[in-house]
Amino acid sequence: MSRAIRTASAAAPDHLSLRSAVPWVIAGLCLLVMPYVFTSNSAITIMNQMAITIVFALAYNMLLGQGGMLSFGHAVYMGAGGFFCVHIMNMEDLFARMPLPLLPVFGGLFGMGLATIVASFSTRKAGTVFAMISLGVGELIAACSIIIVAFFGGEEGVSGDRTYGLPVFDIEFLHQIEVYYLTAFWLLLSALLMYLFSRTPIGRMANAVRDNPERAEFLGYSARWVRFFSFVASGFFCGIAGGLFAINYEILTEENLNLVQSGTILLITFLGGVGFFFGPIIGAIVFTLLQTVLSLETELWQLYVGALFVLTVMYFPGGLAGVLMMHLPAWKLGKLRLLLVPYLKTLLPAAIGILGLASLIEILFHFRHASVGDEEMTLFWITFNSHAVLPWLVAGAVTVAGFWLARRGAPDLAATWHEANSTDGGQAA
Amino acid sequence: MDLILVNLIDGLVTGLLLFMLSAGLTLIFSMMGVLNFAHASFYMLGAYFAYQISLGLGFWMGLLVAPIIVGVIGAGVERYGLRRVHQYGHVPELIFTFGLALLIEEIVQFFWGKNQMPYSPPEALQFTLFSIAGNAIPAYKIFMIFVSMGIFIALLYVLTRTRVGMVIQAALSYPKTVEALGHNVPLVFMGVFGVGTALAGVAGVIAGPVLGTFPGMAFLLGSIVFVTIVIGGLGSLWGALVASLLIGWLTTFAASYNVEFADILMALGLQKPEDMDTALLRDLWSLTLPQIGPILPYLLMVLILVFRPYGLFGKRDV
Repeated sequence: MSRAIRTASAAAPDHLSLRSAVPWVIAGLCLLVMPYVFTSNSAITIMNQMAITIVFALAYNMLLGQGGMLSFGHAVYMGAGGFFCVHIMNMEDLFARMPLPLLPVFGGLFGMGLATIVASFSTRKAGTVFAMISLGVGELIAACSIIIVAFFGGEEGVSGDRTYGLPVFDIEFLHQIEVYYLTAFWLLLSALLMYLFSRTPIGRMANAVRDNPERAEFLGYSARWVRFFSFVASGFFCGIAGGLFAINYEILTEENLNLVQSGTILLITFLGGVGFFFGPIIGAIVFTLLQTVLSLETELWQLYVGALFVLTVMYFPGGLAGVLMMHLPAWKLGKLRLLLVPYLKTLLPAAIGILGLASLIEILFHFRHASVGDEEMTLFWITFNSHAVLPWLVAGAVTVAGFWLARRGAPDLAATWHEANSTDGGQAA
Repeated sequence: MDLILVNLIDGLVTGLLLFMLSAGLTLIFSMMGVLNFAHASFYMLGAYFAYQISLGLGFWMGLLVAPIIVGVIGAGVERYGLRRVHQYGHVPELIFTFGLALLIEEIVQFFWGKNQMPYSPPEALQFTLFSIAGNAIPAYKIFMIFVSMGIFIALLYVLTRTRVGMVIQAALSYPKTVEALGHNVPLVFMGVFGVGTALAGVAGVIAGPVLGTFPGMAFLLGSIVFVTIVIGGLGSLWGALVASLLIGWLTTFAASYNVEFADILMALGLQKPEDMDTALLRDLWSLTLPQIGPILPYLLMVLILVFRPYGLFGKRDV
């Protein structure tokens, strides 16, 4: 993983040129056009959710990917910022004179304040102590959310109304689409700021401290202060994500703070890839799609996501971004085309095998948990009896055949992979 | 006075149970340097397996067989999962065990559903052993105390008095030398991981009937176990024992004394606000000790980590 990081930063330009602005302009245009491509209300809701998750995941990756600090209680900073924003919404006098798009700044500042307090004692060490303190603080604050009713609103949470804010250019944020553009604006702005932060000396030193704190100290930097500033900055952007959440959903509850939420953001960030700046973006997009689309299809979506996560940690510690970047050398050599056919020959059967396995799992689940007498189930648009033998046989056969074909294609893929990544036409052994 | 005695016994049961989990975790941590986030999940597996076995073969077979199955699964996880992830470093290892905990919870839900299982103590132990001023102490509680104590003594004996323990302790500090002497160190690691998870399984088997066997049981205890071994000092068996008992008694006593914070605030000379609904500190005034009981261990842990990062008995910085 560390080698991948090094090549990535070596490829990046050292100064900020016009060329490096291109991806940002493209991203901005994409954000602008998206609502015209996906016009339905539910799509806009999903995109809002995605944007908020991206900001949160990027902020989380500031610690995990760039600073090497594993936090198990990071939902707290996002949640706290969100709660603060809802409280501002409920202060009628103040909120009526404040334009809504400014609200996330306050969330950010609140998250930053909380992060400053926690960072002051937790950033001495990175490894296990940091992880444990973050877990303890996270649990502590999450538990407080039920006790301190004045701020956290107890079990039912705190809710507000975004439309009471001062209208901006006559926009009152009644419609989802208006909220979308607000969120997209903040997404682009905070992603840009976070990217620029990673280019500052502090951001660069965070990488150095992650890889070798002792040597960083010898260079004259205090590892502790570098971690401290990373943590505080991360807290700020988490708070912004919280503010966006407050604007979008107008309610915050204990669920926004608890350990499940903290675990989810760890999962998203790692799935996307912690070694690259854009990794968490991919993670957030994929996870939100899985969550919304898969959860409509099957009750077992969390099982699949859990399995995906464990397999990613085991086989692709660079995450999805790492898998993408693996193809960079072949692409630079102009040999990416070579991989197309072997990929089709291996990955297609593998995908079919996985779908077969998933069908087996679904049938087993239906067999065990459906109410008595309910033997009909629908899978891949086919309705059948889960207590009959035939569906089991078909699913099992598909699984075995898929994996067998994939396995047969694997040596060919490995050979082509080698060829695509070598300059001399693959003769080097 | 009687209440204190009852609380002492209850706290001892909770503490020793916690100790059984933290003993396995400590063993694993001091061997491999990785905090196994999925440890409480193996505890849950122990409870579920024992329940399933007890349906057919009775409680005692469950107590015997379930920990063995859990231990074998644990050893498999070490061999085929953790060992692979080890090369990437500590953070991916932690993340791997974290993911494993999620996955095990989902798998348990897959097979047994979301409801609590009707797993009950064996009939032979379902009677009141004695009672203290009207508070009945069931025999099962005393049984739990004896099992936990037995395991602690056996563990201490194996680790400090036998040849196996010597190899384990040596493999901890000088893996290369131990390997050169002809011992299979990866096998030792696998064995220790298996035994550690089997211990968690035992805890699950005997705690399942009293604390409930449901998919959230690992989550409920998971973070408390970490708190325990962090407070005790990572890698210290005695520390784990002391911290477990401390937490057991702390939570038990906090739950049964209804101290109101209003009294403390008044004693400090503060005025009780007239209008409770608008006062800024209104939550502080209405707070009681049982309410904050569950978060006391976390508070203790954060304080310990801030002031004494290596815990009560730990020798090294984590």
